[in-house]
Parts: sequence; structure tokens; C-alpha cells
Amino acid sequence: MKMELIQPFINAADAVLAQGLKSPMSIGNVSMEEEAYRRKGVAALVWITGDIEGRVIFDLDPETSVRVASQFAGTELPESDELVRETVCELANQVIGNAITTLNDEGFHFRVHPPVLHTSEHGAKSSEDTEALVICFETSSGNVFMNIALRYNRRRQGERTAGAGNS
Amino acid sequence: MEQFAPVRRSKDGQPVRYLVVDDSVFARKNLGQMIETFGGQVAGEAGDGMTAITEYERTNPDIVLMDITMPQMEGIEAAEKIVRQHPEARIVMVSSVGYQENIVAALQRGARHFVQKPVKPEVLYEVIKYVLGEDGTVAQAAGAGV
Repeated sequence: MKMELIQPFINAADAVLAQGLKSPMSIGNVSMEEEAYRRKGVAALVWITGDIEGRVIFDLDPETSVRVASQFAGTELPESDELVRETVCELANQVIGNAITTLNDEGFHFRVHPPVLHTSEHGAKSSEDTEALVICFETSSGNVFMNIALRYNRRRQGERTAGAGNS
Repeated sequence: MEQFAPVRRSKDGQPVRYLVVDDSVFARKNLGQMIETFGGQVAGEAGDGMTAITEYERTNPDIVLMDITMPQMEGIEAAEKIVRQHPEARIVMVSSVGYQENIVAALQRGARHFVQKPVKPEVLYEVIKYVLGEDGTVAQAAGAGV
């Protein structure tokens, strides 16, 4: 996965989290996920289709998700509140939407699907052409994990190359 | 949350009535809180484009705040259908996906403005005033100017 694909997601997460939590955040551990995805707590998954395909998962442990959701909502929420899961989904939606906006303006075309709660404990193991990168954002409310597994759509990439060659 | 000078309807001085359309309950609540700080009133809510159309008919709001990426029917298509039936409808698209093509498509199909998420209250407030134009009046905030 190339950095040109990843950087817009990092920038978007930085902007959305900093605004919502009203405090700066920093990037912690960045790693390639070699084993199958293991959910940490409340996780929202967004599928992306188009020139680049794959999925992005936002994952927060239960305590962090409550703190983040409470901060975003401006009121203390109990762990059982549906709004906690809703907030994680909307957080994912905003970060991914902003990243896609940047990538689209750079010439990539996508369709973003509505976020869904990722409820299973495990996900598919990443493959050679769909590497998963896990980025940990350290915030004042706890760690927010963004798990990105994207790959270039070879057919669309071929069309883009052919188009560039014709112009 | 910051308080703003209330925006009222010019014709009767009543609060501006909003229809909030977003598949995220969190986003609807968040926009609802902002609307309160603008002195407005949430007339209805919808979680998808299809419901937005029926809710528009039921509530006849002054302004619609419409998300784009939603299940069943997306916001741009819903906006187009509402405006076809009600050319006077004032629809503001509110979405995290704010690239040029999306904005142009929304405006071409009848939306009046576009606000990117995460929504900054001060930005939405200015857009609301702009979209209402002469049909909206900024009332004196309580206790202000004394």
C-alpha cells in the first residue's frame, strides 16, 4: 500500500479527532497486520469501491469508545448507550469521507458505502495484494485504531493508464 | 455549545423549521443541538432518502439538512425528487464526502449549498442565513444590546 493512499486518511483522522475531542492527538504505533484482524472493542467498518478498493475499520476499546463518544456528544454517555456505537460509525464516516475527498481531488474515483458496525471478533486475513496497515492515534480519551486494507483496482488502474497514454 | 443570535422566519417571526436527514443518529442529534443554538426547531428527522421525501411532505420545513451517503436512497437523489415537487425547497447538503463532483452534482440537482463534515457551527450558521436570504431575520439575542 503506497503512502499516497495512506496520508489522506492520517490527515483526515487528525483533523476530525482534534476537532471532536478539542485536543491534539499524536500518531503512535504503525504496523502491518500479518494475522487476521482481531476486534478490540467497538468497531465501525466502511467499504470503499472504485479506483481503489477495500475497507477501513475504526476500532476503539470499550472504555475509550465511551470517552470519545461522550466528548463528541458533549455529555456523559453510559457504555450501553446505542449512541456510543453510532458515534464510532459517524467518526469513521467523517474521517473516511474527508480522506476520500482529498484522494478524489487527486484523480481517484470512489464510492464510499455507509459505515456498519463490525461485530465479529475476527476479520479476513490480509493477503499479498490487500495488505492491512494499522495506525494507532493517541488521543486524550485513549487510543483510536485505524485498520486500512486497500488495493488498487487493477481493471480501473489499466483504464487510467490507457487514458493517460491517449491524452 | 456556542449560542448564536436566533434566526427567525421573516414572515411571522417564528423559529426556522428544519428537516434533518442523516443515517447516523449521532449526526442527527449533533445537528439538532446546533439548530437549537441557532434558535431553530427540528420539525422532523429521516435516516434515508426515501423517508426524507415523505417527511418533507409531512412537515413542510423551511430548510432541509441532507446527508449524501445513506442506505436505500442517497441524499442527492432525494434532494432532486424533493425539488422536482417543491422548487422552493431549500436543501443544504451536509456530508463528509466533499469532493468537487459531489458538490456540483448536488447543486445541479437542486441543493442550495454544501457543508462538509465535521460541521463547524459557525459555518452552518452563516450558510443558513445565506440560504434563507430575505426569508430569514436575525433576531436580537436575549440580553444583547441593552
